[in-house]
Amino acid sequence: MSVLTVRDLHVTYPPGVRAVRGISLEVGAGEVLGVVGESGSGKTALALAVLGLSPSGADVRGSVRLRGRELVGRSDAEMSLLRGRDIAMVFQDPLSALTPVHTVGDQIAETIRVHAGATRRAARTRAVELLDLVGIPDAPRRARAYPHEFSGGMRRRVMIAMAIANDPVALVADEPTGGLDVTVQAQILDVLRVAREATGAAVLLITHDLGVVAGVADRVMVMYAGRAVETAPVDQIYHRPRMPYTIGLLRSLPRADGTVRPVPIDGAPPSASAPPAGCAFAPRCPVALARCGDTVPEPAPVGPGGHRAACFNIEATADLDAVFPHRPAARRPEAPARHRRPVVLQVEDLVRHYRQRRGGPVHAVDGVTFDVRAGETLGLAGESGCGKTTVLMEILRLARPQRGRITVFGEDTAALAAADRKRLRRDLQVVFQDPFSSLDPRMRVADILAEPLSAHGMPGPKIQLRVRELLGVVGLQEEHACRYPRGLSGGEAQRVGIARALALEPRLLLLDEPVAALDASVQAGVLELLDELRARLGLSYLFVAHDLAVLRHVADRVAIMYHGRLMEIGAASAVYQRPAHPYTRALLDAVPLPDPLRERKRRRIPLQGDPPDPFAPPAGCRFRPRCPRYTALRNDALRRRCETSDPALHVLDPSVDRQVACHHAEGAK
Amino acid sequence: MSGNGARGRGPQGGGHTRGDGMSDAGPLDLPSPRALAARRVLGNARAVTGLVLLGLLFLLAFAGPLVSPWGHDEIDFTAFRRPPSPEHWFGTTGSGRDVFALTVRGMQKSLLIGLCVAVLSTGLAAVVGAVAGYLGGWVDRLLMWGVDLLLVLPWFLVVAVLSPALGGRWPLLIPLLAAFMWMVTARMVRGMTLSLRHREYVLAARFLGVSTPRIIARHILPNLASLLIVDASLGVSVAIIAESALSYFGYGVRPPDTSLGTLIADGSGTALAYPWLFGFAGGLLVLIVVAVNLTGDGLRDVLDPAAPQHPRPRPRPRTPRRYGGRT
Repeated sequence: MSVLTVRDLHVTYPPGVRAVRGISLEVGAGEVLGVVGESGSGKTALALAVLGLSPSGADVRGSVRLRGRELVGRSDAEMSLLRGRDIAMVFQDPLSALTPVHTVGDQIAETIRVHAGATRRAARTRAVELLDLVGIPDAPRRARAYPHEFSGGMRRRVMIAMAIANDPVALVADEPTGGLDVTVQAQILDVLRVAREATGAAVLLITHDLGVVAGVADRVMVMYAGRAVETAPVDQIYHRPRMPYTIGLLRSLPRADGTVRPVPIDGAPPSASAPPAGCAFAPRCPVALARCGDTVPEPAPVGPGGHRAACFNIEATADLDAVFPHRPAARRPEAPARHRRPVVLQVEDLVRHYRQRRGGPVHAVDGVTFDVRAGETLGLAGESGCGKTTVLMEILRLARPQRGRITVFGEDTAALAAADRKRLRRDLQVVFQDPFSSLDPRMRVADILAEPLSAHGMPGPKIQLRVRELLGVVGLQEEHACRYPRGLSGGEAQRVGIARALALEPRLLLLDEPVAALDASVQAGVLELLDELRARLGLSYLFVAHDLAVLRHVADRVAIMYHGRLMEIGAASAVYQRPAHPYTRALLDAVPLPDPLRERKRRRIPLQGDPPDPFAPPAGCRFRPRCPRYTALRNDALRRRCETSDPALHVLDPSVDRQVACHHAEGAK
Repeated sequence: MSGNGARGRGPQGGGHTRGDGMSDAGPLDLPSPRALAARRVLGNARAVTGLVLLGLLFLLAFAGPLVSPWGHDEIDFTAFRRPPSPEHWFGTTGSGRDVFALTVRGMQKSLLIGLCVAVLSTGLAAVVGAVAGYLGGWVDRLLMWGVDLLLVLPWFLVVAVLSPALGGRWPLLIPLLAAFMWMVTARMVRGMTLSLRHREYVLAARFLGVSTPRIIARHILPNLASLLIVDASLGVSVAIIAESALSYFGYGVRPPDTSLGTLIADGSGTALAYPWLFGFAGGLLVLIVVAVNLTGDGLRDVLDPAAPQHPRPRPRPRTPRRYGGRT
C-alpha cells in the first residue's frame, strides 16, 4: 500500500516554463524512492509541488495523494496543518531553512508543539531525544545552541531531526547532501537511514548524484526534462538500465575505483520553456529512431520489479556498450621518466596564515611542499577548508609568500619585478570552479577571450583570429562568440573559461575544481577536453578537487591535504590502491560508488566529526582528533607519539613514488 | 612589453595554433560593442523617449532666445505682471521682463549645470570609490579620509564664501557643486567594489596580467553601472535644486542672468496669484527630471546583461553544489 502517490503531475512556472510534464510515482511506507536528475530536470519543482510549496503563479495539475487524501488544490492553511506532521521536508540549504535567532532546540520543540500540542517541557525533552537520535553529541547542551554555532553537517542533522519530529508518514529530502564533503555526506546518509527506520516514513530522496542513491534508495526514478524516463529497483537501474539517458548518466560518472573512464553525453538538455515535440533526449541520443523526434514515448514495462523505461528503441539498449561505448584515453606522447622532466612548479614549505579581528590566526596553509613536473597532472584533494584553494591563490599571486618558497619555471616568485611577473603570467593560468562567476556577465564571449590577448599587447586583427581558433580548440562554435555568459550552458561556460586560460599559450594550468559545478554528463565532456588538451598542447596541470573519483581519472600524482598540510603525496595508482594514511583511506571509503551491490557490501571506516576549524591545530598530529587508527591504538607509547610529535612527510618504500605524514602508516614496518 | 605571440618555446609551443578543422581562419564577424549598445539603446522605448524629450528641451533652451522677440534682460515698461499673451508668450514679471526669455535663459543654465554636475560627481565617485575599494590598504584609507573630511564640511558655506571669487563666471559653479556631491556615492561604490574584487572574473583578469586601471574600467565599473546610472539621474535634480538654493541667497547665478531655480524661487511666493511666474519654470524643471530619469532607466535596462538578448534565452543550468570556502 503506497503512502505517497503522484499521478500525472504537471507543474508550469510563468512564463510557460514546463518544469514537470506528467510525473507519476508511488512510494510505500519505509521505502526510499531516489529521484535522480540533472539541474533543470524538474526534480525540485516536483518536490515543491508534492509539499504544496510551489511558488505563487505556478500552475500545478494532476494528483498528489498522501494516504489517499488529495493534496493538490488544497489551500496553504490546510497544507500547513499537514506539513511538518504528516509530510516533512529536509531542505538543501539548512542555513536558510533554520531561523538564526532561535536555538535549534526551540525550533524543533516548536514544530512538535504546533502539531502535537505537547507541553513545552515534553516538547523540549523530545527535541533533545531527536537531536541525540540524529547523532548530535552532547544533545542536551547543544539544543541550546544557535544554528550558526553548528557546522554544515551538524545543521543537516538538525534539519533531519526537525523533519522527523512528528513521525511523518512521508519525508521529502531535496539534495540532503548537496554541498557537503564526502566524509560528512556519508554520515548524513547514515542519519537518513536511521530517520527512516525510526519513523517508517516513505522517503522521496531527490538528488543529482547517482552515487548517493546507490546505497540508500530501494527504487530509483530518473528524470529528464520534466519527465520520468526510467523507474526501476535500484539494482536494475545500475546493472540493467534500458533508457539511453540512464545509461549515459551512469557511464558519465567518474568512479573512484578507476575501472572505466567516464563517457560524456554530447549536447545539452532542452530548454524547459520550449520542450521538444518528441522524446526530450532524442537530440542527444545515439540510438534515436526517426519517430523519437515527433512522438513522446510512454514508460513501458521492460523488466522485473516494475522496471519501466520510456524509450522506443528498447531493443538497442540491451547491450549497454552499443549505446555509450567506452572511449579510449587520449594517447599521451611518450614522456621521459619523471625525474628527467623539468620541474615547472615547486612549492616549498608554503605557509599562509590569515590574521583575524578576533581569535588567533587562521592556519590556512601550514607548511606544504610539492612539485609539478612538465607534462603531468598533480591532483590536490581534501575536504573544504583544508587550504587547497589557498595554495592555488598563493601560487597565482606570484609574490613572496609569508613563509616558504614558490618557484615557477625556475623563477623564485619572491624575486620577481612587475614586468617579470606579467611575463610569467602568460605561462601560468587558472580555471575556476563556477564558470558563471568567473566570466564577467557584461562581456561577450569574444571580448572575454580577447581580454588577455590585448592585455599582453596583441594587435587587433590577430586577436580576432586567435579568438576564433580558441573557440575551436575547446569545441565551441563561432556563434558562441557574440553570446553573453548567461546565454551559455554550464558546460559551454566552462569551456569558455578554459579557452580564456589557454589564450596566452600557458604551459601550466591551475584548475580549481573545474568540474565541481557541472552536471555529471557535462562533467565527463570537460574532463575529456582537459585530458586531450594536456596531451596535445603539452600542458601540466595542478588540479584541485574535493572529488577523489574525478581525480582518479585525471591525475598522475595526487596530494591529499588536511588542515593546511599534506598527509600523503605520490603516484595516483599507489595512493588509490593502497592508501597509507588513515585520512586518505577514510576519504576513499566515503566516496559513494555508483554500484548498489558493492556499495552495500563495502566495509567502511566512517570518519567521525567535521572538517576542522582552521584555527590553531592540535598538538602532535593534526589529524589525531578524527583518526580511526589512533583510536584503535592500544599501546600508550604509540598513542603518545601521535599526541606529541607532528609527523613529517616521509618515504615508506623507496620503490614507490609516495610520501606519507603518519607515524603509523599502513605498510610501514 | 612587446609580446605578440611569437615566443620561442620548444616543440610544444606551436601546438595551440593548430585549429580543429577551422581552415577558414578569417576574422570573426562581430558587431562592435559600441554599435551593439547603440542599437540596443534605440530599441528601448524608455531610453528613446527620454533622449528625444531631452533633445527637445535643449532645443527649446538654446533655440528659444533666437525666436523670442524679447531678450532676457529687456524690460517692457508697458506690461507689468501680465498673463501669457501673443506679445509675451509666458507673460511678464513684476518688473516687466519677458518670462519666456527668462525661462529659456534659465533652462540653459539649469540643463548644463544639472547634467554636467551629475556626470562629473558620479564619475568622480566611481573612480575614487572603485580605486579605494579595489586597491585597499593605505590608498583606501587616504581616499576615505578625504571623503569623510568633505562630508563634514558645510558645503553651502564653503560655496557661499568662494562665490564672490567666481565673479560672474557661472560655469565655475559646476566643478564647485560637483566637488561636494560625490562623497556618499563614492562610499557606496567602494563598498560594492569590495565585494566585486573577490569575484572570480576579477581574479581571473588579474591572473591573466590585465593591468589595474583596465580591470577597474572593464570589470568593476561596468558591473556597477546600474548604481551609477541611478545616482547620476538623481544627481541631475539634486544639482539643479542646489544651484537654485545658492542662487536664491544670491551666491549662484546672479541677476540679470537667471536660472530655473532662481525663477522658481522668485515665483513661488505668488504662485497662486500669478501662476505663470512659477508654472512654466516649474513645469520645465519637472520635464527635465522626467527626461533624465527615463533616459537613465532605459540605459540601465540596456546595459543589464539579464535583459533578454538572444532569440532563445535558456534557463541557466547550474548545480547548487559549491565546495571549498573561498576567502
